[in-house]
Amino acid sequence: MKHNHRKQAGSRLVELFHAYLLNHAHGLFSSLGRLSRTPFTSAMTILVLAIAISLASSFYIVVANIQQLTGNLESSNQMSLFLHDNITDAAGQKLAEQIQQNGSVVEVKFISKKQALEEFKANSGFSDALNALERNPLPSVIQVVPKNALENNEDIEKLMSDFKQFPQVDFVQVDMQWVARLQTIMLIASRGVMLVSLLLGFAVTFITGNTIRLELQNRQDEVFISKLVGATHAFIQRPFLYTGFWLGFISGFLGWLIMTIMLLILETPVEKLSTLYNSSFDLLFLSFSEFILLLMISSVLAVVGSWAVLHYQLRQLKPQ
Amino acid sequence: MLRFEHVSKRYPDAGEALTDVSFHLHRGEMAFLTGRSGAGKSTLLKLIAMMEQCTRGSVLLDGQDITRIGERKIPYMRRNLGLIFQDYKLLNDRTVFDNVALPLVVSGYNHQEVARRVRASLDKVGLLGKEKKHPLALSGGEQQRVGIARAIVNKPKLILADEPTGNLDPDLSAEVMFMFEQFKQVGVTVLIASHDIELINHLGHRVLTLDKGHLIAS
Repeated sequence: MKHNHRKQAGSRLVELFHAYLLNHAHGLFSSLGRLSRTPFTSAMTILVLAIAISLASSFYIVVANIQQLTGNLESSNQMSLFLHDNITDAAGQKLAEQIQQNGSVVEVKFISKKQALEEFKANSGFSDALNALERNPLPSVIQVVPKNALENNEDIEKLMSDFKQFPQVDFVQVDMQWVARLQTIMLIASRGVMLVSLLLGFAVTFITGNTIRLELQNRQDEVFISKLVGATHAFIQRPFLYTGFWLGFISGFLGWLIMTIMLLILETPVEKLSTLYNSSFDLLFLSFSEFILLLMISSVLAVVGSWAVLHYQLRQLKPQ
Repeated sequence: MLRFEHVSKRYPDAGEALTDVSFHLHRGEMAFLTGRSGAGKSTLLKLIAMMEQCTRGSVLLDGQDITRIGERKIPYMRRNLGLIFQDYKLLNDRTVFDNVALPLVVSGYNHQEVARRVRASLDKVGLLGKEKKHPLALSGGEQQRVGIARAIVNKPKLILADEPTGNLDPDLSAEVMFMFEQFKQVGVTVLIASHDIELINHLGHRVLTLDKGHLIAS
């Protein structure tokens, strides 16, 4: 008898669980159906959300692209030793060999005045103007690549001052310095993007919350009647939370689409610019995992906004 | 089954709606609640339905004090009640079946059980075969019977009806009252707020009369 009773209680639990799952499935699809029944309102809300999301992700992708560009420069903490004008090629070559002996140096390359001029003529497109000059204005250069271990500034500075000791050397320039400056600028830019994205994220949360609040008002009778027949808050708010989820999910996808279309429009001119600079720069798009993350973030933000409104409003709505 | 003990209800801006009301309804008892408009009938029903809380005294439902019940427990307590309204309070964008099924869906019954009970309930009110219709396609009397089917589908211990015949003609009213008497037969307690004195006297059940918040006859 007791055993039988327990069995009954168990099957009621299973029944409750099944009904619970069914309820969720119903909420998931009925909320989608409800959105499609007011296409104009839904489209307006989703578009506003999608634009906010596409703005945030566009900022992100622009910074990611510039970082990719400066990232390539990072490894070139190359030093250029500009030699005095009166140093002959042979003396310059000799100094290069001397520097090669230094333990903290990986690669040394001597570029004579003549080579420098040829290179400059080839790359700059000023060959005619340069031909018009009476004498070669370019100095000889020794390019030094320090060991990778010398990543911190102090070591680099020490090497720099060592090189400055040579009487043949006019001045030393570290390419690192402007890279470091650019990277600091990029750091500020990416932080700015983060702040703007945060604001746009809040916008997504509030817009969804407000949409759900209006929806709740439109369906007040349903909420009252459900309350009167013994529905819990969790039961009542479920379809609304799913509505919020769909708003976030669909606008996340649409936001991604808008951003991708914008990138596709920009791709050709960027490639053109890239070839003009003799570089092979590929425009970066959102990766698949970033795309999934975007969908998740926009869905979660929308659900949080809906939940906050429901949590507050459902307690306010008392059946009359 | 339902016991009021020295219950008073005061609204902050409208003054005292109920003053020291005490009565007891037994299991399977049927009673009418009468009084002029503003006598406190609605307030009394709202206290039982846990839509309002009384200021003093206590309301006991099946031995449990529902005046001190936590907000979270209210939904579960309400599942013991069947509520019927003058304006039916049906969801007009859903079918008759879905309207009647709502209390069961809310309580988490499986599909077969919901379908079985909804049909049994609609059968009792004589609306079997109209499951797929929408409320607005039905007559007033039929809509009220949908409301009644919804109230009994969860096998409640207590049925509360607020002016259930207020919008119905005498024949339909008598029909609805006959249904309530049938519920009483199977052990359900029924409390009906009404000012249809003629009908009440004709049926001859217990009558609770309110006047300006006081229970003057029970």
